[in-house]
Amino acid sequence: MTEITKEIVAEHGLSESEYEEVLKILGREPNLTELGIFSVMWSEHCSYKSSKKWLKTLPTEAPWVICGPGENAGVVDIGDGQAAIFKMESHNHPSYIEPYQGAATGVGGIMRDVFTMGARPIANMNALRFGHPDHPKTRHLVSGVVAGISGYGNCMGVPTVGGETNFHESYDGNILVNAMTVGLADADNIFYSAAAGIGNPVVYVGSKTGRDGIHGATMASAEFDDDSEEKRPTVQVGDPFTEKLLLEACLELMATDAIVAIQDMGAAGLTSSSFEMADKGGVGIQLDLDQVPMREVGMTPYEIMLSESQERMLMILKPGREEEAKAIFHKWELDFAVIGKVTDTGRMVLTMKGEVAADLPVAPLADAAPEYDRPWVKTNPPAPLMSKDVKAPEDLKEVLVKLMGSPAIASRRWIWEQYDHMVMGDTIQRPGGDAAVVRVHGTQKALAITTDCTPRYCFADPKSGGAQAVAETWRNLTATGAKPLAITDCMNFGNPERPEIMGQFVGCIEGMREACLELDYPVISGNVSLYNETNGTGIFPTPAIGGVGLLKDASQMMTLAFKGEGQSIFVVGETRGEMGQSIYLKEIEGREEGAPPAVNLAEERKNGDFVRSIIEQRVATAVHDISDGGFLVALSEMALAGNVGAEITLLTDNELHGFCFGEDQARYIVTSNSQDVEKITNEAKKADVSLQLVGTTGHNGLKINDVLSISLEEIKEVHSNWLPNLMSAPK
Amino acid sequence: MKAAVIVFPGSNCDRDMKVAIEQSLGHAPSMVWHADTELPPTDLIAIPGGFSYGDYLRCGAIAGNSPIMREVVKKASQGTLVLAVCNGFQVATETGMLPGALLRNANQKFICKDVDLKVVSDNKYFAGSFTKGDTVRFPVAHHDGNYFADEETRKRLHGEGMIAFQYADADGNVNAETNINGSVDNIAGIYNEKGNILADAASGTPDKRRAGWHGRQSVFR
Repeated sequence: MTEITKEIVAEHGLSESEYEEVLKILGREPNLTELGIFSVMWSEHCSYKSSKKWLKTLPTEAPWVICGPGENAGVVDIGDGQAAIFKMESHNHPSYIEPYQGAATGVGGIMRDVFTMGARPIANMNALRFGHPDHPKTRHLVSGVVAGISGYGNCMGVPTVGGETNFHESYDGNILVNAMTVGLADADNIFYSAAAGIGNPVVYVGSKTGRDGIHGATMASAEFDDDSEEKRPTVQVGDPFTEKLLLEACLELMATDAIVAIQDMGAAGLTSSSFEMADKGGVGIQLDLDQVPMREVGMTPYEIMLSESQERMLMILKPGREEEAKAIFHKWELDFAVIGKVTDTGRMVLTMKGEVAADLPVAPLADAAPEYDRPWVKTNPPAPLMSKDVKAPEDLKEVLVKLMGSPAIASRRWIWEQYDHMVMGDTIQRPGGDAAVVRVHGTQKALAITTDCTPRYCFADPKSGGAQAVAETWRNLTATGAKPLAITDCMNFGNPERPEIMGQFVGCIEGMREACLELDYPVISGNVSLYNETNGTGIFPTPAIGGVGLLKDASQMMTLAFKGEGQSIFVVGETRGEMGQSIYLKEIEGREEGAPPAVNLAEERKNGDFVRSIIEQRVATAVHDISDGGFLVALSEMALAGNVGAEITLLTDNELHGFCFGEDQARYIVTSNSQDVEKITNEAKKADVSLQLVGTTGHNGLKINDVLSISLEEIKEVHSNWLPNLMSAPK
Repeated sequence: MKAAVIVFPGSNCDRDMKVAIEQSLGHAPSMVWHADTELPPTDLIAIPGGFSYGDYLRCGAIAGNSPIMREVVKKASQGTLVLAVCNGFQVATETGMLPGALLRNANQKFICKDVDLKVVSDNKYFAGSFTKGDTVRFPVAHHDGNYFADEETRKRLHGEGMIAFQYADADGNVNAETNINGSVDNIAGIYNEKGNILADAASGTPDKRRAGWHGRQSVFR
């Protein structure tokens, strides 16, 4: 038997004090299998030991929330006995090392989280952050990640309907791949993970267990260095075909009442699924590891428990239902094995070849995971930067062309045309809009889905940036006419053991909390990814937010495209000319400076509720939220989408660049037919909302007073070509 | 008219196809499992899109050898209508029901977008609402839609009116620029000689245009 030395403990990522705790819990030295189990269960990835204290402060309740954080995914009520189930999760470290498989298995993992709960996945989203476009690895990573997402999601037959992509040098050594899945279930047929029923069979289904992915969770809890690529063997390999079969088999079994509890085997595989199920149910589990379907011969208990082979599930069945379940899994040509039973001992007992391989108390391992109150320092936000502090550009046209073809704003079509965004036949708003919209199959309802975060804002002022990320998702859902219901968060940060990074985390959470409270928009699921650092350089703090909203009547869905000529164009919300951290400042002046635009949540709510109400009254004809790049960029996007130009007749040329490129929050561009101008104006007055009539649609291109005149073709060319050109440029 | 939809492990447009047929015919088709050896009485057999057997080995190769396909080939030869879409097209060429083969798209990438197609031939069974020379807009969603046929087969396809659709622009121009995936002669869909089998690589699935609000016409008469 392997002797447990200090070196072995350190290799397992446990600190000295954590190992002391292990000894205290066991009253003896652990064997290697037990040490491995402690190591993954107490890894940052599985235990949330640095983040738990702060995550607890987020609001998680609302009358429409059926299940908040803590299960495989969160659940909200969408009426008529139906529920939407969703979550976003990171797969950052593996995707950097092996982009195709890393991204593919990220997509597979998050879909499993959702169908484990009884939902059929109906939409996938992804939030991607890559390094600088010119960094030597960027194109390889973009190409691999997109192909991986496409390969897995398309094969599953779940549409990938949208997302976001950023490029910034802070991600040069640590890209972020965050995948989100939304599923649909009957509200009275949701499956949870708490094991119950002493003597009930513990069943393993899906793919066989191999040696892939051992210690993936531990890898995800450490920083990278120059040798990180040597970790490639710890990246799992995805098999979307098997997952498709697993999905259909699980849903078929879920239509019966044979299942007591079910949990997918994700990070830390059989270890974390079995411990979580036992812990939640307050029971013990006994597993006979000889029964685990194995792909390779000679696997040890250590390897079986720590494997992260994909496309596997653990279930507790009602007694006597094994044959029925087995027939379903065999029909779908999947492995099915009874590998143990629920016990009343409160212990996890693993046997193999007649010997006890591990005997551990469940609760201390699962609950008594270390929880840290890591020291943190607040980021001091820089002073605001207004348009009066920034030199006006000489040529507005030149600026617009530069911005529309910039990495932050250029079209992502090259990416989303590789995703099947139409399969299932319910995608009614495709990628490229404010939010994707998918119909709830067979009903008049639809779900709007978006992911957003502006990492440069979060870096400059974590609290404001955290609030902004939540508010932007809320705004994007609102722009389609949907009522925002809840969010999932994917918290991507650097090394939490550094006080300034921990301070970014604390600040973002604080801002998110305030926004969730003000907007009645709770967090129902999420994921934390720390240690996104290479050689001591951390990423921009990136709390990616996935928001879901409900359209009760899909025929009211709004889009951003201009609908015709001669329509009136309004700006909803006040423009003060906030230039801090703007795309304008970065692209035109080469500066990433100043405070991010102020977030006024009360105004955000008021303006959004107003926009939704005029959509519901069918007086708005197009709506688009104003975000990256400001008003003129948003206007250009509406014009390109509708292939209709616009003429803007501003009252004053004073600080025009502030109006055109300021990134002031809580704003939308709205159009209406001319006969509805009075109605919209009155409604705005009633709601005490700032509303400005700025021009009309029509003409061949965009025109502002006599300072800008540009054809749509010119804008379209730079906007659509940047990414394809980048990806096809010679090496 | 009765219809049946074949379901393979990995099919993922089977529901879309079912919805489309239901909306088109007013009643639901039978769903037939790949391992079955008999078809219910049917006038139309639909082979839906997806990734049968994960596209492993070669797209459609394993599905083409599944028990139910022997029956499908037999019925097709007796005149039963067959609509094979996307992965179904690949299955159909693998069984030899239709000539040629589908290769990986020329750009090596999955392509999902709307494309314009030129209607090349009139057919008495399918495409009832289109006439030769029309341009129609269909969605595409495939990774291996690059149709290939040898010289002799191409001549036969052209000569016997077996080409159903070609990738085109909105005005019906067929040229290299409108060829999205490298298909020989821009071919997006073909018929067999008798015209009772239609395979379509272009329309991700016709069901998408029916089931989704993509506002397309039906290829069913």
